[in-house]
Amino acid sequence: MSDASKVLLSGNEAVALGAFEAGVRVAAAYPGTPSTEILENLAAYPGVDCEWSSNEKVALDVAIGAAYAGRRALAVMKHVGLNVAADSLFYAAYTGLGGGGLVVAVADDPGMHSSQNEQDTRQYARFARVPLLEPADSAEARGYVEEAFRLGERFDTPVLLRLTTRIAHSRGPVRVEDPSPLGGRGRPAVRDPRPVPDPHHRSAREALAALANDPGKYVMIPGNARGRHPVVENRLARIAEWAETCSLNRVESGGGSLGVVSAGVAYQYAREVLDDASFLKLGVVWPLATGLLRAFAAGVDRLLVVEELDPFLEEALSLMGLKVEGKRYFPLAGELDPATVRRGAAQAGLLTSEGEPEAVPGLPPRPPVLCPGCGHRPVFYALRRLGAVVFGDIGCYTLGALPPLSALHTCGCMGAGLGNLQGALKALAGEEEGEMEGTRGRPVAVIGDSTFFHAGLPALANLAYNQGGGLVVILDNRTTAMTGHQDHPGTGRTLAGEPGPALDAASVARSLGVEQVTTLDPYDLEGFVAVARGYMTSGRPAVIVARHRCVLQARERRPAVTAVAEACNGCGVCLRLGCPPLVREGSVVRVEAALCTGCGVCAAVCPRSALLAEGAIPS
Amino acid sequence: MMEADFILAGVGGQGIILAGDILAGVGLQAGSDVKKSEVHGMAQRGGVVTSHVRWGRRVRSPLAEPGRVGFLVGFEALEAARAASYLRPGGLAVVNRYRLPPPAVTAGEAVYPADDQVAAAIQSRGAALEWVPAQEEALRLGNPAVAGVYLLGWLSGAGVLGQAVAEETWVDVLEGLVPPAHRDLNRLAFRQARAARTA
Ligand SMILES: Cc1ncc(C[n+]2csc(CCOP(=O)(O)OP(=O)(O)O)c2C)c(N)n1
Repeated sequence: MSDASKVLLSGNEAVALGAFEAGVRVAAAYPGTPSTEILENLAAYPGVDCEWSSNEKVALDVAIGAAYAGRRALAVMKHVGLNVAADSLFYAAYTGLGGGGLVVAVADDPGMHSSQNEQDTRQYARFARVPLLEPADSAEARGYVEEAFRLGERFDTPVLLRLTTRIAHSRGPVRVEDPSPLGGRGRPAVRDPRPVPDPHHRSAREALAALANDPGKYVMIPGNARGRHPVVENRLARIAEWAETCSLNRVESGGGSLGVVSAGVAYQYAREVLDDASFLKLGVVWPLATGLLRAFAAGVDRLLVVEELDPFLEEALSLMGLKVEGKRYFPLAGELDPATVRRGAAQAGLLTSEGEPEAVPGLPPRPPVLCPGCGHRPVFYALRRLGAVVFGDIGCYTLGALPPLSALHTCGCMGAGLGNLQGALKALAGEEEGEMEGTRGRPVAVIGDSTFFHAGLPALANLAYNQGGGLVVILDNRTTAMTGHQDHPGTGRTLAGEPGPALDAASVARSLGVEQVTTLDPYDLEGFVAVARGYMTSGRPAVIVARHRCVLQARERRPAVTAVAEACNGCGVCLRLGCPPLVREGSVVRVEAALCTGCGVCAAVCPRSALLAEGAIPS
Repeated sequence: MMEADFILAGVGGQGIILAGDILAGVGLQAGSDVKKSEVHGMAQRGGVVTSHVRWGRRVRSPLAEPGRVGFLVGFEALEAARAASYLRPGGLAVVNRYRLPPPAVTAGEAVYPADDQVAAAIQSRGAALEWVPAQEEALRLGNPAVAGVYLLGWLSGAGVLGQAVAEETWVDVLEGLVPPAHRDLNRLAFRQARAARTA
């Protein structure tokens, strides 16, 4: 029996639908897997002003401003984005939002499918004293948005909505009303639905006037903030009381003597594996409904917490004096899945282990690679040839770290490489000049264009201001490629698809005080090497903007490179580019024409003219 | 309503996410509860992509479990072998007869597994293997991108699935999910594959 009123939505699409239905007026985000599609989807609904902000802190400040002005506002980011935005979360927790609503949707990435760490956002709820809701499927993801706004508005607080990769990127059925605001594939039908009425009665102007009359609440100078801190603590206690009877927490009674406390996708795994246990499924993960937890614990013989990443619930339950088990059986690191939960449950003696199938041994790995024709590739090839030590950053270009390029040597967090470069230069400055021959061993920094506008600006200002003498390469592919080609301040287009001023990285660098600035196309390998060599040994700050549009986006194609088998001696120099169409076949290299974009970089590195670009085949 | 777990395995850019969406949509249309999960991100730069699709009375986990999956849809031979441990005894793998050598192989540092190694990986799970000429037929139809839909057409005619879900359910869902300009070609690829499998 089919059910026409159900559609399959990803958690991210469901949050976007929920935000539209909740009457969100302003939404701001910086892209980041697995959170990106929330704003991409929300932007297509009418009546919601959505923007890609230059970074997560700015996004959160924008959302807070809209909430201060009495609206419902949403900020979206991945887990590490909240580190960038943390300062803002903490002041908003102190000031509250007046009549407006603020939900901060944060997507964690247990297992690090696309991230540099697997920090647990639940800790921020405890840290900043704000409530956190966590849905366990798409239907809940949709509904929890409205719940989060109601909660936040009732208690005058920002609310965190935590997703994880397996919620954000899993599809599940969501019931939609007739007429549905959705078109095909879960995307909003752009023209059809009306904007949802704003649930707030006050105009933005009235809200701002009220704000201007309340400095004790909104001006966080010490004298005022001292007054706010007890308010925040008291508020959290009141929310905990509210959580006791909140329908988002529910008890599912099973037959057995085992009680499981869980939330989010971990609840789904546990529910599948331990099907006759009793469950306390938490939707309000912070603050905890301690009375409910105690009552649940009293009704079972054995209490187990199944949670991904940190022992967040387990520790809280232990502090309450409850006898509870958790991380003894379930790993701290990595994401959970049904098999991991089954393994842990077997260790806990809750079921018998059935043995797991082994992975097929000896299969060659398939790591991600830079695309054929990617403009990042020649930059890394050149930097390797120059012998540079490369302070890196995050984006597609982080793939420059993998063999055979192996030319990116650090990746910590967005914007880190520029400061790292400056510190390394300072350390080197103490050593004899003579020990450094040419460019070999000299540090440089690389940073993507989106990353440059996100976190590179203050770092480059610092480099210029403090006269750090290093080279910064801005890998300008005119997009945020890694997360799926979002616009940014350098692209000249907003999330709404409207034209805006395109910030030029080279002009920005100059106006920050960097005197040596060159923009070039990295397909010109020798040109890049010449400029980079000069800059690396100049002793003064320098920027190369290596600009070539992302090939995935431009879909640019020239005639494939031709391999001349008779001229090839199999030296393998071209293979050091790690370009997918170059295939070793016996003693020579062949070009897989269907994959080749004809960029010609391999032809430039071939010492025997055995690779010919742009159809320049001798007759 | 039918209960079944599916794993779709292949390489970024092969259309696995769309195929997973179709499979999930068919399950829903046929009256099952459905969940579907895959990883986005780095995987799209030529890396491995796997999609989990689960049909059931009440589906909890969005991820299927190794050793418990009934159907493996292999978009590429090596990736089918890598995902073989998901199969349960009595399961079925339909695998595109197609190889995309990973970087270590093209650089001459590793060897691509032979067809019988791929077959052994699947058969050692007690599962059946059907090689499908999806790439070849898609090229014949004029667009390699329909190889995924060809595989689904083949799968739709296989075993219990063939009886449980009507061809028109598949075609309905398929037409709702592919862009209008590609509808005819995809429908054709699907029907041809199903006919070839059930012939
Ligand atoms: C604080 C933070 N926000 C977001 C991300 C996700 N993310 C990683 S790199 C990146 C931007 C990549 O764009 P760009 O710098 O232009 O490089 P490209 O991928 O285009 O080469 C994003 C959004 C992150 N890792 N950290």
